[in-house]
Amino acid sequence: MNKLVRIVASLLMLAVLAPSSGLAAKAEGFTLQGRGAPVDLSAYRGRVVYLDFWASWCTPCRKSFPWMNAMQKQYGKYGLEVVAVNLDENRGLAEQFLRQTPAEFTVAFDPTGRTAEHYRVQVMPSSYLINRNGELVAEHKGFRRVDTARLEKEIRQLLASR
Amino acid sequence: MRALLPGVAVGLLLLGGCSAMGDALKFEDVKPWQRGVLAQDDMQLVPDAMESYADDHLYFSKEAATGGKGVGGGGCGCN
Repeated sequence: MNKLVRIVASLLMLAVLAPSSGLAAKAEGFTLQGRGAPVDLSAYRGRVVYLDFWASWCTPCRKSFPWMNAMQKQYGKYGLEVVAVNLDENRGLAEQFLRQTPAEFTVAFDPTGRTAEHYRVQVMPSSYLINRNGELVAEHKGFRRVDTARLEKEIRQLLASR
Repeated sequence: MRALLPGVAVGLLLLGGCSAMGDALKFEDVKPWQRGVLAQDDMQLVPDAMESYADDHLYFSKEAATGGKGVGGGGCGCN
């Protein structure tokens, strides 16, 4: 009986621990064209990266830009780096979008979509949180205003942990 | 038996050709980030919501054809 209790307890422990450790794999690295210098993900090791995938035709992406600007402005000094990977096949459309919707954070261009493939992007936009050790710790599908408070909380928690 | 061999060879070749064709005809799924063209205005089923609303209204008022479009309205004269 005692043994059974112990087994059940350890299974429960596993169930509790598994989700938190499940995603903690190294984030897939990439080097992409940026607006100036190339953007290399590994250059942000030691910082918290909010990795976003967007396209010019995607309406919620447009809504996410002001929020990402605000996050970069507020938390940049604490080590946050917003990196937004554009997936338009035609870079001109992306540039046009950026003229209408200014981005005050790092923007990279992947017309091949290979990075999105690696990160298994399922909806547009999708975003990922990468901790200071370069580990993928969270995934978010889509962008809704109501989610921003929770997202910001997650960013703050990651920034607080060294 | 000897006469059969060329026929078998041709058959095998044809089979090979068919499977190669099959490969060429396989459609790959459209990835979420490849929907740029589908998202264009020209690609929408209803290109102009206001115009389509006006069309619907004319259709139902001039032809007394309530119903048949959408779910509600069954020609009971109540709308």
